[in-house]
Amino acid sequence: MQKTVKLLRKPITSTVIAILFGFLVASVVLLAAGYNPAEAFGALFNGVFSKPKYLSNVMIKAAPITLTAVSVAFAYRAGLFNIGAEGQYIVGAIASTLVGYLLHLPAILQVPLVILSGMAAGALYGGLIGLLKARFGIHEVLTSIMLNWVALYLSNFVVQSKTFHQPNSTATYPVQQSSYTMLLPNWKLSDEGLAFLRQHKWLSEILLKTDVNFGFLAAVVAALLIWFLLYRSVKGFEFRAVGSNHAAAELSGIPVKRNMVQAMLIAGALSGLAAAMVITGTNPHRISTLAAFENNGFNGLSVAFIAGSSPIGCIFAGLLFGGLLYGGQSIQAEVGAPTEVINIMIGTIVFFVALTRIVPALADRLERRGIRHAE
Amino acid sequence: MEIKKEYAVQMHGITKRFGSFYALDGVNLDVEKGTIHSLLGENGAGKSTLMNILYGLYQADEGEIYLNGELAAIKNPNIAISHGIGMVHQHFMLVDNFTVTQNIILGKEPVRAGGILDMKKAREHVRRIVEKYGLQVDPDAKIEDISVGMQQRVEILKALYRGADLLILDEPTAVLTPQEIDELIRIMHNLVADGKTIIIITHKLKEIKASSDFCTVIRRGKGIGTVSVQDVSEEELASKMVGRSVRLAVEKTPAQPGHTALELDRVTVAGSRGVDAVTELSLQVRKGEIVGIAGVDGNGQKELVEAITCLARCKSGMIRINGAEVQNTTPRNVVDHKISTIHEDRQRRGLVLNFTVAENAVLEKYREKPFQKHGVLDRGRILSFANELIQEYDVRPEDCAQQPVRGLSGGNQQKVIIAREVANEPDVLIAVQPTRGLDVGAIEYVHRALVRERDRGRAILLISLELDEVLHVSDRIAVLYNGQIVGEFQQEEADEKTIGLLMAGGKRYAENG
Repeated sequence: MQKTVKLLRKPITSTVIAILFGFLVASVVLLAAGYNPAEAFGALFNGVFSKPKYLSNVMIKAAPITLTAVSVAFAYRAGLFNIGAEGQYIVGAIASTLVGYLLHLPAILQVPLVILSGMAAGALYGGLIGLLKARFGIHEVLTSIMLNWVALYLSNFVVQSKTFHQPNSTATYPVQQSSYTMLLPNWKLSDEGLAFLRQHKWLSEILLKTDVNFGFLAAVVAALLIWFLLYRSVKGFEFRAVGSNHAAAELSGIPVKRNMVQAMLIAGALSGLAAAMVITGTNPHRISTLAAFENNGFNGLSVAFIAGSSPIGCIFAGLLFGGLLYGGQSIQAEVGAPTEVINIMIGTIVFFVALTRIVPALADRLERRGIRHAE
Repeated sequence: MEIKKEYAVQMHGITKRFGSFYALDGVNLDVEKGTIHSLLGENGAGKSTLMNILYGLYQADEGEIYLNGELAAIKNPNIAISHGIGMVHQHFMLVDNFTVTQNIILGKEPVRAGGILDMKKAREHVRRIVEKYGLQVDPDAKIEDISVGMQQRVEILKALYRGADLLILDEPTAVLTPQEIDELIRIMHNLVADGKTIIIITHKLKEIKASSDFCTVIRRGKGIGTVSVQDVSEEELASKMVGRSVRLAVEKTPAQPGHTALELDRVTVAGSRGVDAVTELSLQVRKGEIVGIAGVDGNGQKELVEAITCLARCKSGMIRINGAEVQNTTPRNVVDHKISTIHEDRQRRGLVLNFTVAENAVLEKYREKPFQKHGVLDRGRILSFANELIQEYDVRPEDCAQQPVRGLSGGNQQKVIIAREVANEPDVLIAVQPTRGLDVGAIEYVHRALVRERDRGRAILLISLELDEVLHVSDRIAVLYNGQIVGEFQQEEADEKTIGLLMAGGKRYAENG
């Protein structure tokens, strides 16, 4: 009994229970629609794990949402609700596309410059939200939502501009090849590389059939760095103090407003990094006309939520989310059930994560009952 | 135990556990009809828990409750109300922008046919109760416009309107001026004369002596016994409550003030409603003395503290620390000028509740060596520093350094703040309501700490709504009324009555003649 109680008190337990409930609700929906849930989940599972290239694709899908999730989680620890990750992602994508297209430098300079431009654009866009809050007290959720739309239409404006629009397409010109952040982009297509890959089937599948890139690695590194910043550094101490009690932070001499702006700059840079890694790392290496949000930022919100705003947790939650998004496509392909089932499932998981306070309460109850039994 | 009709309440063998913790352990309470019965105990002793059980907010694990000699099962507050029990909580539960009448009838509104609110009848009913018990309130005034003492009367009226015969008052005097406290006691006597019964939860001994017939003492969840109030002294009550002998008076030697450390020179601070909250206020605090500011809540204390700590702007005037002007700079600048503040709102301004005790201990020092190196926190140093403070100040539990400060009791949270602020070795220590919500033992501790720091040569500004505290601890006493200092006294020439009058806006009678 004591063990159960202890287990239930761990935050991860609540998350796992929430995920199980997600599957449960999705099963009910599938059954109601006349599909076999076991088959559907089998397809989902196979769609993630059965081939190396699937796993590679899951990581590719997970990379941007993990980064935006770290952005949201970080801002949350600093007391800000960064619903603007979507917009910061979009301006990051615009900046890295333009810089990557306009510059013609060797890869060793080109890649860092393109990525930094994406981060800088995101940072400025996030910083603007922080500044508006610090200066005029405008709530960040309000400005974020508005700026998300500004970013969307700015992106479409750039796509249609004379300078950048590629004729006969709905997109801009792609970035120069020297901007690419795939794994060994040139070697894998050279004769030597092709010969080597012919002997290593597993590798060749990942390298040739997917855009395997440094995006997820960047996400992991970013998550670790943000964790260190928050929990080990002086600056992070300030962020967290402002985030959990700005009134006490203020009295003890921590500059609250400056920290707000700085936190939003960093959060914006993370979302911008997400976009830069996608532009440089995956086809088609450019931005296209957006009819609606691509949800790279909004999904990050859900991921951060599932991760309980822990930067490290975002890595795992990001993989889970990427797996569901990518593997979910197989449900449609193999069972014929609509992929919306996956969205229902994700929604349910988020919903139950929100309810996870029930689980520790349940633990308390169990404990009390245990004591009564013991007597 | 005998079950008798003469007792309004008999609680017998009440036990309440939270997890493995015994909040109450076989407590008995007998309250005679038509008496005022006080329930005395330190914070966390279980007195509020006991009353919450009587009011149906909690269920006892063991024990019975008899009301007027009959066994009662009080499963929720509605049942309690139907038995004629009314409770006035420490924090008022009133709708600010409703009138007195609207608040009183809320939840039990008189209606005409068709469900239409009968305000005329309501007002009439309220007026009747007001007159009957001499509770002076304007039934049509809005809650936000009336004083705290008035608001409390509204809470009492609410209970009476619902037909309460037994009133439970939870720490009713915590927010009142001395005059308002006298008024409340008068009202309580009126109510009892009319056959009502009153239980008051408190840890203020003086008020028990002034108001109550009987007093039941609870210590750490156990009933210590019931005494007839007129037979015991305040000291005896305090010892019963704490479990050891306590000194109520603050022991100290005469102050030996040095040069002026904190100087306020014609400081004016704007208030929230466009009126100046502090007007042309001048005050000096010298090293080695405690200057106490007495005053009723809302007379500019909050704004004064905010101006000194640079949380708010001064419209005019100067604030000097050791001769250096600090007004309208930043809180960090103030901290750097060696001012430390023990803020009244310890959970909002004093502590980051989600942080560990260790993190809170370095809330102002985290960026100083040796707690950081190259921007990275030295967690070992922070922890050992926190453990030193925990040892020195006897913060409990003693292994709390890495626990969130949220989990500590109010008194221990306050110790963390005091330890931190004193460890800053400030020149000026501002203590705002430093003992709010603390029990006798902890209050004694805080007062001794203030005197000790004074003797180390710090300038101490004590701002408190507890007049007794200001009178006992301070070397010099300034009375704050309507944003101005209306009188200054040396401790030995100060008397409660004069200061009480000044606090309420009366003229200092030395000036009248």
